[in-house]
Amino acid sequence: MSLNSKIPNGEISDKWDDYKGHVKLVNPANKRKLEVIVVGTGLAGASAAAALGEMGYKVKAFCFQDSPRRAHSIAAQGGINAAKNYQNDGDSVFRLFYDTVKGGDYRAREANVHRLAEVSSAIIDQCVAQGVPFAREYGGLLSNRSFGGTQVQRTFYAAGQTGQQLLLGAYSALERQVALGNVEMYSRHEMLDVVMIDDKARGIIARDLITGKLERHFGHAILLCSGGYGNVFYLSTNAMGSNVTAAWKAHKKGAFFGNPCFTQIHPTCIPVSGDYQSKLTLMSESLRNDGRIWVPKKKDDNRKATEIPEDERDYYLERRYPAFGNLVPRDVASRAAKERCDEGYGVGTTKLAVYLDFADAIKRYGRIEAGKTGRADLDEASIIALGKAVVEEKYGNLFEMYEKITGENPYVVPMRIYPAVHYVMGGLWVDYELQTTVKGLYALGEANFSDHGANRLGASALMQGLADGYFVIPYTLGNYLADEIRTANIPLDHPAFVATEKEVNDRINHLMNIKGTQSVESFHKRLGKIMWDKCGMARNENGLKEAIEEIRELKKEFWSNVRIPGSVSGINPELDKAGRVADFIELGELMCMDALQRRESCGGHFREESQTEEGEAKRDDENYSYVSAWEYKGESDWVLNKEELTFEIVKPTQRSYK
Amino acid sequence: MNLTLKVWRQQNTEDKGALETYQVKNISSEMSFLEMFDVLNEELIVEGKDPIAFDHDCREGICGACSMHINGRAHGPWFKNTTCQLHMRAFKDGDTIVVEPFRSAAFPVLKDLIVDRTSFDRIIQAGGYVSVNTGNSQDANAIPIDKKNADDAFMAASCIGCGACVATCPNGSAMLFVGAKVSQLALLPQGAPERESRVLNMVAQMDKESFGNCTNIYACEAECPKGISVANIARLNREYISAGFSTES
Repeated sequence: MSLNSKIPNGEISDKWDDYKGHVKLVNPANKRKLEVIVVGTGLAGASAAAALGEMGYKVKAFCFQDSPRRAHSIAAQGGINAAKNYQNDGDSVFRLFYDTVKGGDYRAREANVHRLAEVSSAIIDQCVAQGVPFAREYGGLLSNRSFGGTQVQRTFYAAGQTGQQLLLGAYSALERQVALGNVEMYSRHEMLDVVMIDDKARGIIARDLITGKLERHFGHAILLCSGGYGNVFYLSTNAMGSNVTAAWKAHKKGAFFGNPCFTQIHPTCIPVSGDYQSKLTLMSESLRNDGRIWVPKKKDDNRKATEIPEDERDYYLERRYPAFGNLVPRDVASRAAKERCDEGYGVGTTKLAVYLDFADAIKRYGRIEAGKTGRADLDEASIIALGKAVVEEKYGNLFEMYEKITGENPYVVPMRIYPAVHYVMGGLWVDYELQTTVKGLYALGEANFSDHGANRLGASALMQGLADGYFVIPYTLGNYLADEIRTANIPLDHPAFVATEKEVNDRINHLMNIKGTQSVESFHKRLGKIMWDKCGMARNENGLKEAIEEIRELKKEFWSNVRIPGSVSGINPELDKAGRVADFIELGELMCMDALQRRESCGGHFREESQTEEGEAKRDDENYSYVSAWEYKGESDWVLNKEELTFEIVKPTQRSYK
Repeated sequence: MNLTLKVWRQQNTEDKGALETYQVKNISSEMSFLEMFDVLNEELIVEGKDPIAFDHDCREGICGACSMHINGRAHGPWFKNTTCQLHMRAFKDGDTIVVEPFRSAAFPVLKDLIVDRTSFDRIIQAGGYVSVNTGNSQDANAIPIDKKNADDAFMAASCIGCGACVATCPNGSAMLFVGAKVSQLALLPQGAPERESRVLNMVAQMDKESFGNCTNIYACEAECPKGISVANIARLNREYISAGFSTES
């Protein structure tokens, strides 16, 4: 099958305007007759449901949490990018576009990224209008900070809780539409399949997680805003409930999966402390604005961090990448940390950690504060106290969180950090309109593959989620729905609804009847270990081949020996989890296959066979300048389709942050 | 360390429910409280018993899903903390820990430690927003906001909607939750056009959901994982009174 990305013709800066100028519209009277299903209520889902409700569509929104406000976007810490150039430091739509394409290691689609940069400003305007309390300067105007992979300050933030504030903004807009009757909200519901009628997505089967009952829901279009699948690694910074199920069911009904192996390993997370560990916690990238990363110069140095003198510390990012220093992109910073630890310079009890140190920043801010108030002659302790207050205002909640988890005070001793799975650039393949290869089925936010290439820059996930929901789908969806105004609501006793519900029901009963001996959790942990060891920060041909075999074995064992307690009716978190882990196992196999076929390194995908002499990722543009779009054919059977990437504006070069 | 747990078990909303006793062994002080529950649940599953159902999601103290009442305190013994961020070094070997769901007339128990908090969503639906449709906004910097007000609005907006304030209040009052949202929008110029209708409608919905009222006990502030100040309740009262005097009807 040939993939049509539907990128409009014309100059890159005109494509989106031209598209909007010519796209089909749906008149208000018809919008009231059209039903749209939104699955997931994070930034992408809540903003899409709210925006479409405002426009007059009849929206049904679904989330598995008890309230849409709890979607995992809430946990995003550092900020959201926008090309406002409020700092007068040379930012522009083009710069944001360029940084994002380069940051993604030239594996993203230029037209999508340019559109993202174009709408970024409007997102900030919209959020401020909703009452999102971004950080401000004394003059009352908005404050900015820097993030990795850029040399301008374009990141808007609300302390270390930017995701929370943006999500609560979108949530309040969503709840307003619920109150107005434009959106019907189904919380504690999980989508378990897509209903296909005449090659179009026409509805979903959802399970009420309180009663356990299956429900049929019709929609003229379905938007999957169900987030990423980082939990395939078991340990990640994702929420415990984050899962691939909605996207995976869509994939099995014909939606191609794009670049499944592109995983973002975030460099600054709190290290694993034991095998009971259930999840990992991020320490925001914004900390790299002020924190300096180092390890001892001596191998196996067991002294306390504070006892190691300055000249015996290796600030390895500043040493290797003088131009960007501690603010290199995430993939580069993660690999550099792994390299130091692999070589024996790691710190802490497990030796799988590096230091993130704020001592310099505390002193620097202290001196600035002292200077501001004419007290330049203050003693060191007073200067440190002043500096601590500044650092606390910027990052207080993160420091508190670190202390609660580790029991150490990061104002006094440096944080210990190590890379962890955080985000996936891969996801359902979508065209310029965010439509998957299934008609009427769309994917927004982290659930799609489109904008971040092989590595996402910090503070760009919030931007993309809200761009897709507030400013892209309200235009592109009309182009499809304009031709659906004659489609009457399909009754829920249509044979396709009946048959799909039966499939879902059979699968649930199958799972319940295995009655084996191993918990769902134990299978998930084993899958995670295979994925982290063989499809994690570094990958090679042999490891990936082994992983595929091991995952197939694990799948067999899961389907013959998993134990799910309780019953189908009523609340049963183990059953919910079992369905998700079963899907993760299938996805894990596909991720390894994707990583195996891409015999180049790019962004977060590091193939050991393809590196420069200095150990940097080495791309192979001649052979791999494409999006891999996997088509599901049957169990362990996929066909690889390729969308060739063409770069008209940003010429791919060896990415350098030196 | 080895611990004795007394955990509330309740099959569904209609069931009466009771405390059941469990022993957990070899618990590391580095574990989180919920990881200790994971260990217990794993044992229950292997023994063929029904694991304990509890709400949780982000496990980093921000989603507001976790909702355990631990030894008589919402989210347990640490201040400014959620259950998921509570770590076992807060306890010592041999301790008995009593774990119940958040209790309130407005939060019916669904199963074990899971309660229904959709009443909070309905309060937000009554007015916890600025009525601005997508695309209607002016440039973000066209509205300068006093930094103090912006910071106070942020502090109020950091509410995670967990319901600890309600669970800990002898009156089952949601006024800290409502006050936080009313304050956030009252402190910002964007909230001004709907200032009066917002507070009246949200308080009316709060009453309808059978939450109680504030009698200045301040337990809510003490137990709030985000340390939201009761000053927000004072502001809610001021907003409510002033709206009551100035609106027609």
